[in-house]
Amino acid sequence: MRPTTGRLAVLRSPVGASSAVLLVVLVALAVFAPILWGDRAAAIDTDSLQQGPSADHLLGTDQLGRDIFYRVLVATRLTIGLALLATVIGVVTGLVLGSIPSVLPRWAARIVTSAVNIAVAFPGLLLALFFAVIFGTGTIGAVLAIAFAITPSFARLTQTLTASVSGRDFIAAARVCGVGRFRLLTRHVLPNIAEPLVINATLAAGSALTAFAGLSFLGIGVQAPSYDWGRLLGEGLNRIYITPAPALGPAVAVVLAGLAFNLFGEAAASVHRNQQRGKATAPHEPVEDRSEGGLLTVRNLHVTFPGGIRPVRGVSFTVHNGEMIGVVGESGSGKSLTALAVSRLIEHPGRVTADRLEFNGKPVQKTQDRELGTQLAMVFQDPTTSFNPTRRIGGQLAEVSEVHQGLRRRAALGKAVDRLEAVRIPEPERRAKQYPHEFSGGMRQRAMIAMGLMGEPQLVIADEPTTALDVTVQREVLKLLARIRKDRDAAVLLISHDITVVAQTCDRVLVMYAGRIVEELPTDELFTAARHPYTTALLKAVPDLDTDRDAPLAVIPGRPPEPGEIRQGCPFAPRCPLADDQCRTQEPELETFGENHRVACWKSESELAGVR
Amino acid sequence: MSELDFRNVTVRFGHHTAVDDVSLTVPAGQVVGLVGESGSGKSTLAATAVGLVKPTEGEVRADGKVQMVFQDPYSSLDPRMSIGNSIAEAMPRGTNKKAEVARLLELVNLDPGRASSLPARLSGGQRQRVALARALAGDPRVVIADEITSALDVSVQGAVLNLVRDLQRQLGLSMLFISHNLAVVRYVSDRVAVMKTGRIVEEGPAAQVLADPRHEYTRELLAAAPRRHTRLEVS
Ligand SMILES: Nc1ncnc2c1ncn2[C@@H]1O[C@H](COP(=O)(O)OP(=O)(O)O)[C@@H](O)[C@H]1O
Ligand code: SF4
Ligand SMILES: [Mg+2]
Repeated sequence: MRPTTGRLAVLRSPVGASSAVLLVVLVALAVFAPILWGDRAAAIDTDSLQQGPSADHLLGTDQLGRDIFYRVLVATRLTIGLALLATVIGVVTGLVLGSIPSVLPRWAARIVTSAVNIAVAFPGLLLALFFAVIFGTGTIGAVLAIAFAITPSFARLTQTLTASVSGRDFIAAARVCGVGRFRLLTRHVLPNIAEPLVINATLAAGSALTAFAGLSFLGIGVQAPSYDWGRLLGEGLNRIYITPAPALGPAVAVVLAGLAFNLFGEAAASVHRNQQRGKATAPHEPVEDRSEGGLLTVRNLHVTFPGGIRPVRGVSFTVHNGEMIGVVGESGSGKSLTALAVSRLIEHPGRVTADRLEFNGKPVQKTQDRELGTQLAMVFQDPTTSFNPTRRIGGQLAEVSEVHQGLRRRAALGKAVDRLEAVRIPEPERRAKQYPHEFSGGMRQRAMIAMGLMGEPQLVIADEPTTALDVTVQREVLKLLARIRKDRDAAVLLISHDITVVAQTCDRVLVMYAGRIVEELPTDELFTAARHPYTTALLKAVPDLDTDRDAPLAVIPGRPPEPGEIRQGCPFAPRCPLADDQCRTQEPELETFGENHRVACWKSESELAGVR
Repeated sequence: MSELDFRNVTVRFGHHTAVDDVSLTVPAGQVVGLVGESGSGKSTLAATAVGLVKPTEGEVRADGKVQMVFQDPYSSLDPRMSIGNSIAEAMPRGTNKKAEVARLLELVNLDPGRASSLPARLSGGQRQRVALARALAGDPRVVIADEITSALDVSVQGAVLNLVRDLQRQLGLSMLFISHNLAVVRYVSDRVAVMKTGRIVEEGPAAQVLADPRHEYTRELLAAAPRRHTRLEVS
C-alpha cells in the first residue's frame, strides 16, 4: 500500500493546522518580542505600581510598575527556549541510553537497561523535583531536572522501537554483509524509528513547558531578575484576590503553548498511524438480478476502501450444495476480501455492495448472526491468531455451541471432543484440555476446522488453509476438507494461490485477477481446456515434480496491478502476449463459453489455442 | 574441494535441540537443496554458516565468503535506504561503488537507473533480485538461499528461480538452497538433503534421492508433493 499523504499531511487536519499556527505564533513571539518590546517590559514606572488592567496596561502592572502584558510576551523566548533546551537534552540522553545497549557488551547493556527500567517507574514530576533539589535552585538546575525527568521514558521508547526494528531481516542481512554495530545503529535502526521519536519529542516539549512553569512558580526555576511565565504566574498569584488579570495572562500563555505542542504531536501521531486512509467514494448502483442462485449466490460484488480503492470489482459466482470450488489468483487479486465479504467480515472503512449476496436464499446482510455462525464456517490461513492463547481448545470449541445452539456446558464439551475426533486429532479428550500453544500448526488448523463443524455448516470457506503448513500436513488438511464435503454434503470454497492444490481437490475453479473472475471452469478441464491467457500462464509457471530441469521455467513478465492502478482496458493486457488495442481500451466481461465455462477475454478460441 | 562444510554441527536453544549433529558438505560450484518441514532446523543451520548463530557443538568451515539471501524480501531491505546504498554497503572498502552497483543491478536484470529508488517502489520479485545483488556484492564463493521464493507469487517465482540458476552457473557459485517445496528444490539442485527434527535423514544426488528415496520421510514428502494430474483420494 502506498501512503496517500505526504509529510505535511498533519497540516490538513483542523487540529493539526490550528496547533501549527499557534506554534508559528509562539516561535515568532520568542524571536521578535524581546527585540520589539524588551524595553517596555523592563520600564519601571513608580507612578503606577500594582495596578489592575487598563487601556495603558492590558494586564496591569507589577510591584515595580512594569507592564505585565509586555512582560508575558517577552517571557515567551525564555519560557520556550528553556523548555526546548530541556527537551533536547532529555531526548538526546534518552536516545543514547536507549540505543547504547545494542553496541555495548552484554553485561553492560543489561545494567543500562535495568537502570532505565527502574527510572521509568518514577513519576516524571517527582524526578524533576528530586533533581531540582540535587542540582540546586536556578535555571540550570531546573533545565537539567526536567531533562532527566524526560530521559527514562525516552530511553524506554527508544529501546522498544529499536527492539522491534532489530528483529527484522534487513538488520540480519546487514550484519551478514559485515556492517558494524555502530553503523547498523545510525544507518538502519535510527532512521526507521525517527518518526515516532520526533512525535514523542513534540509531546515531551509540551510537558517540559508546563513542568518548567511549575518549577519557576514554586520558586526553584528561573530566578530574578530573569522571568518566565511560571515566575510571572507566581507573582500574579499573590494578588489574585485583588486583581486576577496578572495571573491569568501568564496562565493562559502556559496553557495555550502546552496545548499547541501536545495537539500538534497528537495530530502528527494520528497521521503517522493512518497514513493509508483517504476519502470515501460512492458505491455503484445495485441492479435487479433474477438469475438462478444456489447455496451461495454472489452477483456483482464490490468491495471498496476509502481513497477510491476497489480491490473487488464485480465478482459473480454460485456455489451449490455439496460442491467444492477453488479460488486461485496471485496475492492482492481480491480472493480474501471476496471471502470476507461473503462472511460479513469486512470491517470499517471497507464497504461491500452487491446486486445479490445470498446464503441459503436469504440476503447475507439480513441473516442473523446465529444462523450465519452455525451454517457458515470460516477457516483462516493462520490458526495461531484465531484461537485465544489463554483458554483451552475444548472450551473455545464448546463456546460456539453454547452461544449459537444454547447447549449446556457439558453437552457442548462432549460435542467438542466429538468434533476433534472427526478431524482426526488423536486422543481428543486429552487434547481438548490443552491450550493452543500445545498444538502443532497442523493440529491447530484441524482444530480450527473442528470449530467450524461445531455448528452444522452447509458451507466451509477456507482461505489459504494450508499455506502455512508443510506438504505432508497440507495433504492431511486437504483430505479433511474433502471428507467433510463427502460425509456432510457441505459445500467448500477453497482459496489458494497454488493452482496445483486446487487442481487436486476441487470440482470447479475460479481464477481471479485484479479484483475480477477472469475464468471459471471444471477442474478436469484445467490442464486441457483453460482459455484465459492468465490461467494458461499460471499453469506453465508453476514447477512440479515433472518439470523439465534443463529448460528455463516459463515466466509471466511484469506484476499484477495494485487496486489503485487499474485503468481502462483488460487489467492483464500489460503482461499478455496477445494484447491488442481493443484489450488496452476495453475491459472484457466474463462470458459463457460452452458448459460450465466462463472466460473474460476478447480473443476467440482459435487465437487462444495458439498460446496454450 | 568443498566450499562449505558443516561438521557435526549441533545448536541448542535452552533445552531445545534445533540442529542435531549435522554434517553436510556443499561441493564447489554445486547446488545442494535442503528440504524439510518448517521448524526442522533448516534456517538455524543456515544461520550458523553466516555467523548469525553460534553452533553449540561442531564447526562450520568455509573457503571464502558466505552470503545469504533471506525469505521475505519485504523485510530484508531497509525501507529507508535506497537499494543502491543497500547493495553498496555490502561491498569491500575501496571498490568503485557506483559502477559496481550498476553492474550488479544489470546482472540481476534490473535497470541500473533505479539504484536511487527506495524498496517500497519495487515489487516482491524485484526486491528479491536486489537482495540477490546485495549478496553478490560481497563477492562470495558460497550463497545461502533461505526459502527465497516462498514469499513470492508463482508468476514471479519462476523468474527468480531462472535467475538464481543462471547466476550460479555463470559465476560458478556454490549454493545451499533451502526450501520446503520439493518441486522447486528439484528444479535448481544438483544434490538434495532432507532434514527432519534437526537431523539430516537422507542426502545424495538429486536424481537419485527423488527417484529412489531411501528414507521413509523422503518418501512421504514425495508422495505429498502436489502433482498436477493426480487427484487427492479421500479414504
Ligand atoms: N483495509 C484495506 N484497505 C485498503 N486496501 C485493502 C485493505 N485490505 C485489503 N486491501 C487491498 O485489496 C487487495 C486485495 O486483497 P485480498 O483480498 O487480501 O487479496 P488476496 O486474498 O487475493 O491476496 C490488495 O491489494 C490489498 O492491498
Ligand atoms: S483480453 Fe486481451 S489482454 Fe486481456 S487476456 Fe484477453 S487477450 Fe490478453
Ligand atoms: Mg489472501
